[in-house]
Amino acid sequence: MANNQKPNNNSSGMSRRNFLKNSGLVAGGLLGGSLFGGLVTSQFQKGTKDESASNTKVQESFEARTFFSRNEDFDLLSAATERIFPEDEHGPGAIELGVPYFIDRQCSGDWGNNANDYMHGPFPTITKTEQYEEDGVNTEKVTSSTVVKVPAGTPSYQTKMTRGVFFLEGIRAMEQTSKEKFDDRFIKLEPEQQDEVLQMFESGEVQFSGVDSADFFSLLRQTTIEGVYADPVYGGNRNMEAWKMKEYPGPRMSFLNEIEEEDFIVMKPESLRNYQGH
Amino acid sequence: MAKKLDKVDVVVVGSGWAGGTVSAELSKAGYQVVMLERGKDQKRSDFIGVKDELRYTNRHEMIEKLTGDTITSRVALNDVALPVRLQKDMNTGTDLGGGSVHWAGSVYRWRSYDFEIRSKTIERYGEGKIPEGMQIRDWGITYDELEPYYDKWEKTAGISGEPDPLGDKRSNDYPNPPMLASPAIKLFKESAKEIGLHPYQMASGNMSQTYTNPDGETLNQCMFCAFCTMYGCDFSAKSDPLATVIPTAQKTGNCDIRTNSLVRRVLHKDGKATGVLYTDTRTGQEYEQPADVVVLAAFTFSNNRLLMLSDIGEMYNPETRKGTIGRNFTGQFNSTFLGATGFFNDKKFNYYMGAGGLGGALSDYDADLFDHSDLDFIHGGGIELRQYGDAAIKNNFVPKDTPSWGKEFKEKSLFYAYRTLTVWYSAAVMPWWHNYMDLDPTYKDEYGDPLLRITNKLTEQDKNIAKFGIEKCTEIVEAMGADIVEPDELPDQFDHTYNGMHYIGGVAMGEDPETSAVNNYLQMWDMENLFVVGGSALPHFSSHHPTPTIGALAYRAAEGIEKYLKEDGGMLAEAKTASVKV
Repeated sequence: MANNQKPNNNSSGMSRRNFLKNSGLVAGGLLGGSLFGGLVTSQFQKGTKDESASNTKVQESFEARTFFSRNEDFDLLSAATERIFPEDEHGPGAIELGVPYFIDRQCSGDWGNNANDYMHGPFPTITKTEQYEEDGVNTEKVTSSTVVKVPAGTPSYQTKMTRGVFFLEGIRAMEQTSKEKFDDRFIKLEPEQQDEVLQMFESGEVQFSGVDSADFFSLLRQTTIEGVYADPVYGGNRNMEAWKMKEYPGPRMSFLNEIEEEDFIVMKPESLRNYQGH
Repeated sequence: MAKKLDKVDVVVVGSGWAGGTVSAELSKAGYQVVMLERGKDQKRSDFIGVKDELRYTNRHEMIEKLTGDTITSRVALNDVALPVRLQKDMNTGTDLGGGSVHWAGSVYRWRSYDFEIRSKTIERYGEGKIPEGMQIRDWGITYDELEPYYDKWEKTAGISGEPDPLGDKRSNDYPNPPMLASPAIKLFKESAKEIGLHPYQMASGNMSQTYTNPDGETLNQCMFCAFCTMYGCDFSAKSDPLATVIPTAQKTGNCDIRTNSLVRRVLHKDGKATGVLYTDTRTGQEYEQPADVVVLAAFTFSNNRLLMLSDIGEMYNPETRKGTIGRNFTGQFNSTFLGATGFFNDKKFNYYMGAGGLGGALSDYDADLFDHSDLDFIHGGGIELRQYGDAAIKNNFVPKDTPSWGKEFKEKSLFYAYRTLTVWYSAAVMPWWHNYMDLDPTYKDEYGDPLLRITNKLTEQDKNIAKFGIEKCTEIVEAMGADIVEPDELPDQFDHTYNGMHYIGGVAMGEDPETSAVNNYLQMWDMENLFVVGGSALPHFSSHHPTPTIGALAYRAAEGIEKYLKEDGGMLAEAKTASVKV
């Protein structure tokens, strides 16, 4: 089952079969991009993809973890993202798309370190809505689906944890929950059991590190979707497979001649690398 | 120790449409201008190749970093405000050109009703129509008086559009024809017409053709590439200050633009501004820039906070309802863009194409164009269908009963990509006695100065107007033939997200110094050589985005400043004492 598929940390996280299948496109992209610029690149590639796929040797992948030190954390993360965006008849799931590596990279950068957010104290230490009610603080329900809204009625993310730390704490809380509920590690569970753990987190049933599990789930879900659909430069959406599934053409110079078209137009996707032309 | 610089005629704080326009006009008139921008330098060609959804939309490349400061937010007076910590919840612009560089380009003039809202409401419905505590008032300027300035700004910005059939009188057409209409926009317009409404192609700051403005700046024709909102334009086809007023100011040779320059105080002596104190954010060096006239033209939050930190004017006190600085805070909140979404099983739209200002609009339920006698709110909203063009992360729309992850989510999100259209009602937002800005008692910026605190509560007016708008949008989406029609849900309360870019008031204009901070030239009543330009001057939030009104008032302010400098001072407008209690 794809959902139980363990990522291969030594190479790229996707199966060897798929890796071989897709690597021709990768090599073609690199070749085209290095020789020509901008529009020329795109034209060139369109004509040569198949040819280069057949006679190019397999490109070695240098993908590796730079944030998650423990294998078991990364394995759980991978399995969870695959349940959120599973492989099916439409195309690959999160693992084959490289989403776990996307998240790994995001966690180690500015975003994972909340470098552009206001992270000065004091941080409120009470997190339960009931405690705020006792203190007479306004707790009217809000409709925000923002990450870490502690408690209802205040701005989101009142925690000292960075997103990277939050991911680690959340992953370990999922493992703990999995052991308590099903007496086994998350990656060993049946897909339905994994879904059950994810649902427990989604509904906010689990509390950990002073935050609500629903906030962790919402971060995990959003980041997974970002990894599926962001430009391949960030490590997910490998070979633009997600864009192909979605019939999304990627960054383009112009739709001036198509904007009034009645029929839906499917274009072969192009990446930022193509677009920038080097 | 601050380094004292040579005195100039005018120092302008901020480089968006407000600061850029004032600087261009005054430097054209021959005055020595220094423009200070807290963010970095940038130019139009920096945006070639920026079509990266994750970097710009999801990681907020062009949004002010909150590392050093933010705002705090609460709903009610006895709540403890907490900081808005994440960029995704707090989107204000930064860098040369300001928030306007990543704007969508939607262009609407505000209505004649807006400028005389109190008189006109009382005239039609009687004084009882205005609830106690709703602090609406006439602006001290009428639509007809502001119209020439709107016209001027539209020409500078090169706006593309056709007149709203229900719009106020215009002295001229838009300088460029309207944008092309996509099939989704045609469907919206035809369906709205069938049910008796008056749709038209919304006006935009995206160019329908190549255009050279009266100052000689040239903009390219828009390519509908869909990377407008949150992006600088890759093709110089979106009107913004970097493409218009900033190069106009630069080529006079009279405007010295200094970036990475964070203004932290307005300096003043004996009731007159003497200059500003600013810090070079790269080196930490402080500078004192003396000037004859000081113009605050930063974002609403900064304009208000600078006055409060500099101890200028009287801060608004909600308990006594006296004071003006921080009063009349409004914006577009989680009650503002509600409507209805339609899912089409048999139609697919090319929704990966688009432009920020591409859309259909109608004004049948706007301002006071419909009878409010039996309605439990005043004012109205604009209805729009916008085709921004959705990139792949954003385009994950599914009907409400769908799980937000897993097999079914994947299946449906792939199916409904390009089959989902939303029509919304951009409701006007009225000012209330309990919604205001002041300084936070606890949280501080990186220099140790208190953060701005916002207290903002959704009222019955907000919920009633939104409910009305949702019903009207639902009728339109049904008329469009969607297979599934989902009306939005009303929020219970403000959710503390400030990601709509549009927050106004606090240094609001008017004719009575008891309730307004600036006159109709945006000159401070309390300090005649200090002009406060921008969204901070708007006393309530009308039914559409504020940019053209900010642009028009910036031209008006520039004219006033020139007059002030020429005539050697004095108040440019006469104060009128309160004739009505608010």
